[in-house]
Amino acid sequence: MSAFLSGVFLLQLLRIAVPYVLAALGGTFSERGGVINIALEGMLLAGAFGYVLAAHASGSAWVGLLGGVLGGEVVAIGLAAAVVRLRADAIVVGVGLNLLALAVTRFLLKLVWDSSSNSDRVPAFDADNSAVGLVALVTNPVFLLTVTLLALSPVLLNRTRFGLRLRACGEHPEAATSVGISVTTYRTAGVLLSGMFAGLGGVWLAASQHQFTDGMSAGRGYIALAAMITGRWSPLGAAAACLLFATAEAVQMTLQGQGTGIPTQFLQMLPHVVTLVTLVGFIGRSRAPRALGKAR
Amino acid sequence: MLAWPGGRSLGQAPGSAPRVGLVFDVGGRGDKSFNDAAFRGLMRVRDELHMPVEYIEPGEGADRESALRMLAAEGFSLVVGVGFIFTDDVNNVAVDYPHTAFACVDYALQTGPDGAVVPPPANVVALKFREEEGSYLVGALAGLSTKTHAVGFVGGMDIPLIRKFEAGYRAGVARTCPDCRMTAQYAGVTGAAFKDPGKGKELGLGQYGSGVDIIFHASGSTGLGVFEAARETGHLAIGVDSDQYDEAPGHILTSMVKGVDVSVYDVAKEVLDGHFSGGIRSLGLAEDGVAWVHDEHNAALLPTGAVAQVDALAEAIKRGEVTVPTTVEVPK
Repeated sequence: MSAFLSGVFLLQLLRIAVPYVLAALGGTFSERGGVINIALEGMLLAGAFGYVLAAHASGSAWVGLLGGVLGGEVVAIGLAAAVVRLRADAIVVGVGLNLLALAVTRFLLKLVWDSSSNSDRVPAFDADNSAVGLVALVTNPVFLLTVTLLALSPVLLNRTRFGLRLRACGEHPEAATSVGISVTTYRTAGVLLSGMFAGLGGVWLAASQHQFTDGMSAGRGYIALAAMITGRWSPLGAAAACLLFATAEAVQMTLQGQGTGIPTQFLQMLPHVVTLVTLVGFIGRSRAPRALGKAR
Repeated sequence: MLAWPGGRSLGQAPGSAPRVGLVFDVGGRGDKSFNDAAFRGLMRVRDELHMPVEYIEPGEGADRESALRMLAAEGFSLVVGVGFIFTDDVNNVAVDYPHTAFACVDYALQTGPDGAVVPPPANVVALKFREEEGSYLVGALAGLSTKTHAVGFVGGMDIPLIRKFEAGYRAGVARTCPDCRMTAQYAGVTGAAFKDPGKGKELGLGQYGSGVDIIFHASGSTGLGVFEAARETGHLAIGVDSDQYDEAPGHILTSMVKGVDVSVYDVAKEVLDGHFSGGIRSLGLAEDGVAWVHDEHNAALLPTGAVAQVDALAEAIKRGEVTVPTTVEVPK
């Protein structure tokens, strides 16, 4: 049991949670504005690739960070253009964007690094052989950004004029329009925010590996989407759900490592079962933004 | 081995130079793993045997079979599918082109309802590697090299093929370090488990944090995350399939390599020489199908006398004095 109380365990679950939290926060802004966002997966992947490409070209992790945000935004612009402007179906567009992100990053990987597997090593925020631990985590700029964004998100969504209007577009776009709010503008802004957040999640994934590997988002965007719903479309709720999932994941890894004799398949189910049970347990009290997925 | 009926040597259309076609697995060239190894083999076929070669890199999905079929229809003498995923495709196409030779790397044997192994079609050579033998050697090396008496294993998807690596590795560790603690973890139970370096890194950090100082991975690009964990914590890792030293120089103790290139070359040479024969080919240490890497790069990482000891074990396996398990017994 002591393995679960150690600082190592806590640090691990925090590291696992970062990309989920960022993507889920991003999803919250998009969906509270009324735009279903299953393109989080593609945004994570594009963010990871953007980071590596920019860090590779510039030699700087900070430029990489900007590149990663830009990568997430490229997918977000695609989503906003198709769904908000052209009123296409968000699910279809989202799936399409995820597939496109996978294919385009693979193509560029081949073009730039002549590999179908992984890029060259790029700089990140930590030096080689840096201590892995509390100091490394709390001095990591992406981690600090995540904590800051997590603290600011509820304020932005619930306490500002922008947040109020964004939520109005997600709940009752006609009413928003009638008082002169441009639904198109606010929904676009919500989607672009999600691109920034999820792009940053991709930065975390790539920077902690110092490289891009094909398909490295590995379904995290979908888990983040589920976490956002579990968290009832609220930033803190979504983050809490992500932490829950990350905890289950870390428990699963620790149990496997201890050789309990429980088949891997059962342990691997744990995070997903926890997510599903909370989803089912909470869904009764959970309400989606009323105009989610509806054109105005 | 199966004799080929009829006067014409298999795999050689009359009056034309035998050509070799190869279809890559998803990922294709540049995977720094067995696709690249197959490509190296194909280039040797071109340069040393002077046979015309061609290759196809299919995308995701079901165009593997049509790629094989196209090469067969164009009159290629030898058509190679790289990866276990080609098993059914090769079987299907081989039946339609009985005068073309086919090879499938990592062919997955199927068992019939009676439990007996179903042999591949007569014009197919199934290239199978005894990964457990190479894994045994790198396990023995890990047992000799560990300073903490704790070693680890990270698998990709939890399937019998990857369990084979674990089984051999465990046995090798137990041979040279009976009191060593062994931690084995798997990244997942789907194909995505071979492509998640984020998870690989956390598994690696967890194992290194618990006192493990050497980790062997058999997990595709998930293993790149294990290497990253090795770099950050200053520990060692063992590569798989190809020599992975360059992925984390100074942190790769050795790699368990599969001779995919040699196997492709050998089959092509047989077709050229006109004595190709189908059947199941099991490639282990004795056939140079698997090996462990020790060269000038990792020499400094190897403990004194380790090369001789591990090579002695390799000889013992070749002579049949050591039998390497292919399945993991229930962990203690």
